[in-house]
Order: sequence, then C-alpha cells, then structure tokens
Amino acid sequence: MFAFDFMRHAFIASTFIALTCGIVGVFVVARQLSFLTHMLSEIGFAGAAFGAFIGISPLIGMLLFTLTSSALISGLSVEKARRESTISAVSSLFIGSGILFLALANQSSNYATQILFGSIVGISLSGVWQLVLLSLVVLITIWLVFRPLLFDSFDPVGAQANGVRAKFVGIVFLILLAVSVSVGAQIVGSMLVFILMTIPAATAKTLGRNIHQLLLISVVTASVGVWLGLWLAYVTNWPATFFIALIEVIFYLGAWLFRQRA
Amino acid sequence: MNGIITAKDLSMHFGEKDVFDRLNFEIHAGEKVSLIGHNGVGKSTLVKLIMGLLTPTSGEITRRSVVGQRPLKIGYVPQFRNIDADAPLSIQSFVALNIGQSWHPWLTSSEKKRVERVLEQTNLTSIKNRSLALASGGERQRAYLAQALLADPDLLIMDESTASMDVDAKQAIMDLVDQVVTDKQMALLFVSHDLELTIKYTDRYLLLRDHQMMTGPSDQIRPDSLKGAE
Repeated sequence: MFAFDFMRHAFIASTFIALTCGIVGVFVVARQLSFLTHMLSEIGFAGAAFGAFIGISPLIGMLLFTLTSSALISGLSVEKARRESTISAVSSLFIGSGILFLALANQSSNYATQILFGSIVGISLSGVWQLVLLSLVVLITIWLVFRPLLFDSFDPVGAQANGVRAKFVGIVFLILLAVSVSVGAQIVGSMLVFILMTIPAATAKTLGRNIHQLLLISVVTASVGVWLGLWLAYVTNWPATFFIALIEVIFYLGAWLFRQRA
Repeated sequence: MNGIITAKDLSMHFGEKDVFDRLNFEIHAGEKVSLIGHNGVGKSTLVKLIMGLLTPTSGEITRRSVVGQRPLKIGYVPQFRNIDADAPLSIQSFVALNIGQSWHPWLTSSEKKRVERVLEQTNLTSIKNRSLALASGGERQRAYLAQALLADPDLLIMDESTASMDVDAKQAIMDLVDQVVTDKQMALLFVSHDLELTIKYTDRYLLLRDHQMMTGPSDQIRPDSLKGAE
C-alpha cells in the first residue's frame, strides 16, 4: 500500500489532520461551537469553489473564505453567530455561492464531489507540506495559548473574573478553527470535516476523566479513524470518508454504551 | 488603613436608567465588608465596576495594591458558574485552571504544590479527584473559593455565593472564608441578602439604596435595610 506515493501522502497528511482536528475539536466541543464549525466547513466549500473559479488552489480559497468569516464572526460576537437561524441563513448563502462558483468555473460534478467529500488521491507532495505546515502553526499556537484557552473554554465566568482576555482568546481560537477546517477538508472534504472536528472530541468527553485524557482520547480516536479509513478505502476502493465517518461513529457509540454500563 | 478600592463620584447609567449616582466609598486592605441592597439595585453592576469589567459612565474607581507596585489582585466567587455538567473536570483540574499564564501547558512542580496547598486550605484534598459535576453544592462552592484563592488575591469577592445553600453549608463555607481571609490578611467583599451572615462575618456594610450608598458598622444594619425604597 505504501508503495504508492498518493497513499504515503494521504497517510502523512491525515496524521497531521487527525492531530489538529483531535485537539481543536476538544475546544470546539467545550465551547459549544459544533454548529459554527459546520457552518465554517460550508463556507470552506464556497471558498474552494471560488478558488476553482478564479484559478487558485482550493486550500487557499478555503482559507480565504473561512478566515474572513471568522473575522466577521469575531466582530458580530460568537453568541450571535451561534444562533441557529444565523447559521441556517449563512450556510444556505455559502452553499448556493459555492454551486454558482463551480458553475462559473465550468468544473465537472467530479470536482464538486472532491471538494465536498474529500479525496485521498489528490494530494501532492507540496500539498502535504502545506497541510503539515498549517497543522504545525495551529498546534504551536494552541501550545502557546493553552492555559487561557483551557480556562475560557471550561469555565468562562471564572476566566473573565480572573483577568483572562476572553475576547482575544476567542478571536485566536476562531482563526485556528478556520485554518483547521480548511486543512481537515483536504482529506475528508468540506462537508465531513465536521466529523473529525466533533466526534473524536465527543467520544473523549464520554470516556475521559480529566483534561489530559480528553486530549489523548480525542487525538487517538481521530488518528485511528483516519488510518483505518484510508486502509479500508485502499482495500475496498470505497470512499475513505465513508469509512472515517463510520469508524468515528462506532467509537462514539461504543464509548456511549461503555459509559451507560459503567 | 490603606484603600485598595477607591470610588470617587462613581455614576453608572444604562441608557435612560440610572443605576447609581456619584458614589464615594473605599475598601481597605484586610477589611471585611458586605455589599447589601434589594434586588436590582445595582450590586452586580458595582461588583463588575470594582473588577474592571465595566467602565463607569462618570467618576472613577481605582484599584491599588498595598504590596509593591503590582496591580491589585481580585478573587471572585460567584453563585453560579456556566460549567458543562458533562465536562470531565475534576475538582483539582478545575481549581488549577486559575494557575496563571505561562507558555507551557503543563504544571511545574511548584505550581502543583500551590494547587495542593490551596486544596488543603479549603479542605478539598480528600476529594480532589472527584468530578466537579458530582460534587455537592457546598463542595462546589469550596472549589470555586479554592480557584479564586489560587491567584493569592488582595480582595476576595463572594458574590451571592451562599444564596442557594442550606443553613449549615452557608455557615461552613463562611467559617472557611473568614479563616482564610483572616490568615492571609486579604480584604473581603461579601455580596449577600442574608443579614445574619453579613453581621456575623463582616465589620462594615455598604448599602445601595435609591441610587446612593450608605455605610456603617455591620452590627448596626437594620432589618428593614433590604426593603425596596423606590
């Protein structure tokens, strides 16, 4: 399997994506931003389609759109952006825009499927380096702001009372979220990056007893999910995204059942 | 005595609504003060102004530490916390959230010792690994107190912290607060409706009424002080 360049690239990229999404996901779940993440992934789709329309890479298009949206959400306040009606309206607008950009770019439905649901064969070596670099930027930034981010995510009242600059932490996290969504979408697609951002963290929340376990379980389940998913996709020639989604859901249900019995 | 909080002609309006007008008061280092007043009189607004979370419409409020040149450190213990009941947060890890900023995520050995010390001080050592969600109301309030104490504050604000507790639990947490505040020589601002507790555990009251503030020794609080005057 590793004799093929594309599989090696997919495994390296997936490992970094799982690490990034696993860690960022813990904060997404703690800050109750799952649906905002879903909205950002749809915005990412429009960004990738826009990239195809003006002739830049899908990753750059996604970053452009998700980062701009994060900046706007920071201005609006996360509370307003988290409202269901806002999410529905913004998601509809961006999905519609994405379809328009693809039509204007004269792209085939195959290209749209690739953006929406991911592809393991499309990642070049330079693409891998881009993903690794962006993942490292996200991980290093989280390392540097870990303490205030943790405090603000798990105890916002206490964090504010104790001088944590919650607004600044929130903006930094939205930027990291935008980058992570764009990076993760390269393997599982913009529609399903939501899986890696929320389900491993939700599994970890069900099983973990402290913050360290939470981060560890989230990263491990995300990594095992993408590795197994890629291997099964290679063996069966079915979409990797299907297997990744299936495995993550199995992990989550297993954790839930384990918790019920414990 | 040294004023750590000094309000000078402090006014706060929200749109057309006057919350209070030209308040002048001081809280001194090591002093135990209560803040009382009926619901909606502006106690929470005043606490936010003291903490620097709001800017006054006019006047000024200064915070001054009596220890060297560092800024005044304020510990805050609210009645409610917006904490996810499913979050895997032990009492120890909840307390340690307030360990302070550093570029590294992990706790150093001296930071771990600080957490251990404050857990011991608040009688939480034996239950430090218990999930915060499974802790009783009294244990949770002690954890909130421990988290505030971890920053070694000059002023501890207990904001209606005993409101939802039974009589024994209220006495227990306030005995603990009194002991810690006295030992550490920190100031206490106890925001409460419970006149019995404010008389027992504070030396002086600040009463907000009719947009103004009155003050006096706690043992002279009148039972009708909290009745609405508007």
